[in-house]
Amino acid sequence: MDRRIQLPITRETARTIKSGESCLLSGVIYTARDAAHKRLCELLREGRPLPFDVKDATIYYVGPTPAKPGRVIGSAGPTTSYRMDAYSPAMIEAGETGMIGKGKRGPEVVEAMKRFGAVYFAAIGGAGALLSSCIKEAEIVCYEDLGAEAVRRLRVEDLPVVCVIDSEGNNLYESGRNAYLASQK
Amino acid sequence: MRELSADALTGVIARLCVEANCVLPCDVKARIEEARKTEPWETAQGILDRIIENYGIAEANAVPICQDTGVCCVFLKIGQDVHLTGDIRAAVDEGVRRGYAEGYLRKSVVKDPLRRVNTGDNTPAMLYTELVPGDRIEITVAPKGFGSENMSRLAMLKPSDGVEGVKAFIRKTVEEAGPNPCPPVVVGVGIGGTFDKAAYLAKKALMRSTDERNADPYYAALEAELLESINALGVGPQGFGGRTTALAVNIEWMPTHIAGLPVAVNINCHVTRHKTAVL
Ligand code: SF4
Repeated sequence: MDRRIQLPITRETARTIKSGESCLLSGVIYTARDAAHKRLCELLREGRPLPFDVKDATIYYVGPTPAKPGRVIGSAGPTTSYRMDAYSPAMIEAGETGMIGKGKRGPEVVEAMKRFGAVYFAAIGGAGALLSSCIKEAEIVCYEDLGAEAVRRLRVEDLPVVCVIDSEGNNLYESGRNAYLASQK
Repeated sequence: MRELSADALTGVIARLCVEANCVLPCDVKARIEEARKTEPWETAQGILDRIIENYGIAEANAVPICQDTGVCCVFLKIGQDVHLTGDIRAAVDEGVRRGYAEGYLRKSVVKDPLRRVNTGDNTPAMLYTELVPGDRIEITVAPKGFGSENMSRLAMLKPSDGVEGVKAFIRKTVEEAGPNPCPPVVVGVGIGGTFDKAAYLAKKALMRSTDERNADPYYAALEAELLESINALGVGPQGFGGRTTALAVNIEWMPTHIAGLPVAVNINCHVTRHKTAVL
């Protein structure tokens, strides 16, 4: 059974979401990729406010295709997360509780997730057409000059994701593979 | 000698850019649907179902299958009896520019790898030309996503490493890539030539339909063996575990130096896109 989660995710809720759990997220999330993260982290370093409230925020690593006329957004699947590893610990410390992407994360990110209470979800990579149907509203918050990489506020309904790494550091990429291999013996 | 204006390429390339990004090739769909039937792991079955649903939605609504509509690889096989007038490079880039604008595709190219300013129109294309006999031009457009491109590797092995060394390197590349290139993947392999030719062959291998095996039975058997052993790694769709890690292994090879054994692995995702037309 999929677990329905209403956003935002608090630190306390983050600690209850377990690796391997399939979740449907509803509420507000923000988009950011490498270029936006770089700017956001510069602001954090300088002690300046971010263009959106990062407390309990979930950030989706996505650079959507342009919306066709009459549509909210184009194709919008996750990008590979490790490119955000350099920035995520600072974002988590600043208040971020959820990250949505695909692929492995570095130990520095997992440490920050454990320490502050945050979760890493994966959405299906390459399923951008399907995932975009869960996005009901989209508006640019800042960094419009970055085009597809601008920061957007999205309102999502039942966005299907899987918790890959939880706030205890359990990792579905390891446990899922091991469980499958054990079943084949 | 057939005369043809390079401008004739533009419209065709624009159309191919849009089609390639919105409609998954039949052979790739067939591999995914076969994998769904043989996949024993429940989580993996669920992922494959959503992947199948996704390319159905993309095709029905004419939206891109994946938001990474790639850097645009354009392969031109130019018959040596065709005389192309005008500027081929400009005509190709204009096709990409139009296709990516009209198709609402993402512009993912930066002008310079270090200063990183987006060109705004997805140009320039990665252009590959080959001279072939005849008076036709075969045009293949292949948008290439970088989640999988970034997981690609090249090794200059020693001749003594032999076929076992080649197999181990290919398996290791796919295993280390894990969930990052959006498995199930299509594995393009280039063996032989020089440093650069091996990489080119690996890319070229990804242009071959997964319905076709290598024409040489030795390499066809190697493709089958590698697919089997990659699918024993357990990475599975999206890296959540399962049998379906790869949909196909395509190998291209060429002669090489007595002292060398170059091998390149170009990984492509389940959104392996290419579309061909002939002028
Ligand atoms: S690796 Fe392929 S499926 Fe995954 S995001 Fe990139 S282009 Fe899309």
